[in-house]
Amino acid sequence: MAEMEKTAAPAQEAPAAPMKKAPKPVSPGTAALRKVVSDVYAAAWEAKKAGRPVGWSSSKFPCEIAEALDLAVVYPENQAAGIGAQHDGERMCQAAEDMGYDADICGYARISLAYSAGVETTNESRRMPQPDFVLCCNNICNCMTKWYENIARMHNIPLIMIDVPYNNEVTVSDSQVAYIRGQFDDAIKQLEVIAGKKMDPARFEHACECANRTAKAWLKVCDYLQYKPAPMSGFDLFNHMADVVTARGKVETAEAFELLASELEEHVKNGTTTTPFPEQYRIMFEGIPCWPNLKALFKPLKANGVNVTAVVYAPAFGFVYDDLDSMARAYCKAPNSVCIEQGVDWREGICRDNKVDGVLVHYNRSCKPWSGYMAEMQRRFTEDLGIPCAGFDGDQADPRNFNEAQYLTRVQGLVEAMEQNAKNKAAKEG
Amino acid sequence: MSIESIVKEFQAVAASPARQLDNYKAAGKKVIGVLPYYAPEELVYAAGMVPMGIWGSNTKTISKAKEYCATFYCTIAQLALEMLLDGTMDKLDGVITPTICDTLRPMSQNIRVSMKKLNKMPTIFLAHPQNRKPAYGLKFCIDQYTNVKTALEEISGAPITDEALKEAIKVYNASRAARREFVKLAGEHCGVITPTLRSAVLKAAWFMLKDEYTAKLNELNAELKALPVCDWKGTKVVTSGIICDNPTLLKIFEDNHIAIAADDVAHESRSFRVDVPENDDPMMALALQFAAQDYDVLLYDEHSSSNRRGEYVANLVKESGAQGLVLFMQQFCDPEEMEYPYLKKALDAAGVPHIKLGVDQQMRDFGQASTAIQAFADVLEMAK
Ligand code: SF4
Ligand code: SF4
Repeated sequence: MAEMEKTAAPAQEAPAAPMKKAPKPVSPGTAALRKVVSDVYAAAWEAKKAGRPVGWSSSKFPCEIAEALDLAVVYPENQAAGIGAQHDGERMCQAAEDMGYDADICGYARISLAYSAGVETTNESRRMPQPDFVLCCNNICNCMTKWYENIARMHNIPLIMIDVPYNNEVTVSDSQVAYIRGQFDDAIKQLEVIAGKKMDPARFEHACECANRTAKAWLKVCDYLQYKPAPMSGFDLFNHMADVVTARGKVETAEAFELLASELEEHVKNGTTTTPFPEQYRIMFEGIPCWPNLKALFKPLKANGVNVTAVVYAPAFGFVYDDLDSMARAYCKAPNSVCIEQGVDWREGICRDNKVDGVLVHYNRSCKPWSGYMAEMQRRFTEDLGIPCAGFDGDQADPRNFNEAQYLTRVQGLVEAMEQNAKNKAAKEG
Repeated sequence: MSIESIVKEFQAVAASPARQLDNYKAAGKKVIGVLPYYAPEELVYAAGMVPMGIWGSNTKTISKAKEYCATFYCTIAQLALEMLLDGTMDKLDGVITPTICDTLRPMSQNIRVSMKKLNKMPTIFLAHPQNRKPAYGLKFCIDQYTNVKTALEEISGAPITDEALKEAIKVYNASRAARREFVKLAGEHCGVITPTLRSAVLKAAWFMLKDEYTAKLNELNAELKALPVCDWKGTKVVTSGIICDNPTLLKIFEDNHIAIAADDVAHESRSFRVDVPENDDPMMALALQFAAQDYDVLLYDEHSSSNRRGEYVANLVKESGAQGLVLFMQQFCDPEEMEYPYLKKALDAAGVPHIKLGVDQQMRDFGQASTAIQAFADVLEMAK
């Protein structure tokens, strides 16, 4: 899963070499979102200094529990994305390989395992204290399970495991809910021991309220991509993922997203956009971006007027629920834990709503569960939506697996197909 | 029967699962394909059908599966799909697809979708719980197994009774005991049971009804027991990994006088280490067996802060009298890859030399492996 380095310059703001431009000013909403993430890291350091336990958590572990217990938690996936975006991913991956972790293992895991073993990153904003406990939820992948076990072993610390089995159906069965509920209850008990206090139901409720409010505001922000032209680029959503990942249960996050939503509303009213080029084509970007290669990813899109107006993260992170059972249900619906029909449905939904002309699929060398049925999905997109798809090989964290020349060719192919589609459509209508 | 002729029979079965499939079908049996890992085969047996393991192939090449998979998936999963697509498995009446690793998760979807498109067999989905010991884990496991049971009943056309399931559990426990016994005997009689023969005997289990298989294996075990313990002049290793059934590769061990004392291989001992309790509730018994599975790269370890698995494997080497360990690392198998550094740590701590051999099922050139094994043989010799 990916969530972006908040302090890294987003691709569209990236300076064109060799001259360094000053970073563009950011809107108050974006600034607020950046602060939320910085605060998460700062709070973890503060806790460590004060002798309070710090947890490392997978991105879709139910954050509400630790939040209600006032436990400081940081997120290795967010850290790895940030390290990747700031070009320290390859070195960290290599360090993990030197420790014996194979180069085929997910790049986030490699970066995180190297960091956990004491390899410092050059990305100062993503340094985090070593963990006193780990929170693992494998709804996104099973790689998570052993990754976190490895961390637990390195530090001889407790691991709290919430296992979300892969689901073959669109609905979540009562059986699955009962299984996950049982694990929630155990996780609460284990975390109470770590926190040294009982869970206050009112605080838990408050954390859930905040998480729901964040999820709704996030979905609202995502929905602005439906407008033509879109008031922002979908790449911005990647940037804001950091907040949904690291701070879902905090009121500041909800407020920051609400602020951003109001800014987007303004843009729509005024017919303006933050996308730094006129939007000619709209696409869905499938998968996690290649963080180390954001500039390379963005360049040909910009050159061809291709705006990303749909990313699958959008619906996939909107955990909205109203009680513990429905919370269990919500956490079953992560991108890599759902069946192909659900996966296709999510994507085709946003493709339709956000009016895309084509799909760019990232075959992400790091993420086996994500890429594993993408070929069939691609066929379905083309069949069901009548839009062209193009795939490219890349990696979210390890730049060695990205081939810029191939990417350029594929984007070019996609643009030509979209062009042809548009011509055909015009001819038909004309 | 002589040792030689029994082993030959097992070899023939191991070498041609397609013929086994044909024979069972010709005998009027229904046959269910079973992908790795830990599917409760007892249910298939209890339904009066034949479970047949699908662990890829050493002779096929990935072609049709490319329509579904990117290149960075293990060959085991890709070739399993290949055989379902290319007609090799068309006579199957169904296939069970477990989803315990990140490759098998999406693969379950590819198999379901493609089988439906091609109007082939029904697919039976299975998701095991990782939190397997608490009551809620057992309950979820039973629910999943119940889904499998219902699907099998639909295919067979008759309900699976508790009695039949209890009987199947007995048959399987006997088979597991016989295989454990064989592994021990093979270690003691490594002059007779060479690595290739050992592999063939264990592999045949995946393609035979277990009562037939066990009867034959017990016969072999009895013959082996009657032999004097062999005075092995070569060295011995423990093998580890997902699968190591490639005869060409195993032959290299023989050429270098390396015998297999025991194994930590998913396709071999990991699949028959744990018996099913023979109690009154057979579905619960199956779930209890899964809960008791341990020391596996694929399974969550609730005591993960210690290096239990690594130490278990290192002990296995010591206890079996082997001088070292050979890890068959399947390319793109992240569960195995993820546990390697800690396995290495435990082996190093125990003073057990090891090599990691990168393998996949499309391997046709064994030059590099041969050189590595040859060099390792010298290391083992010194450790004797
Ligand atoms: S394997 Fe995929 S889902 Fe898992 S951590 Fe890596 S990128 Fe995320
Ligand atoms: S070899 Fe590894 S990756 Fe492949 S199916 Fe088995 S456990 Fe999964």
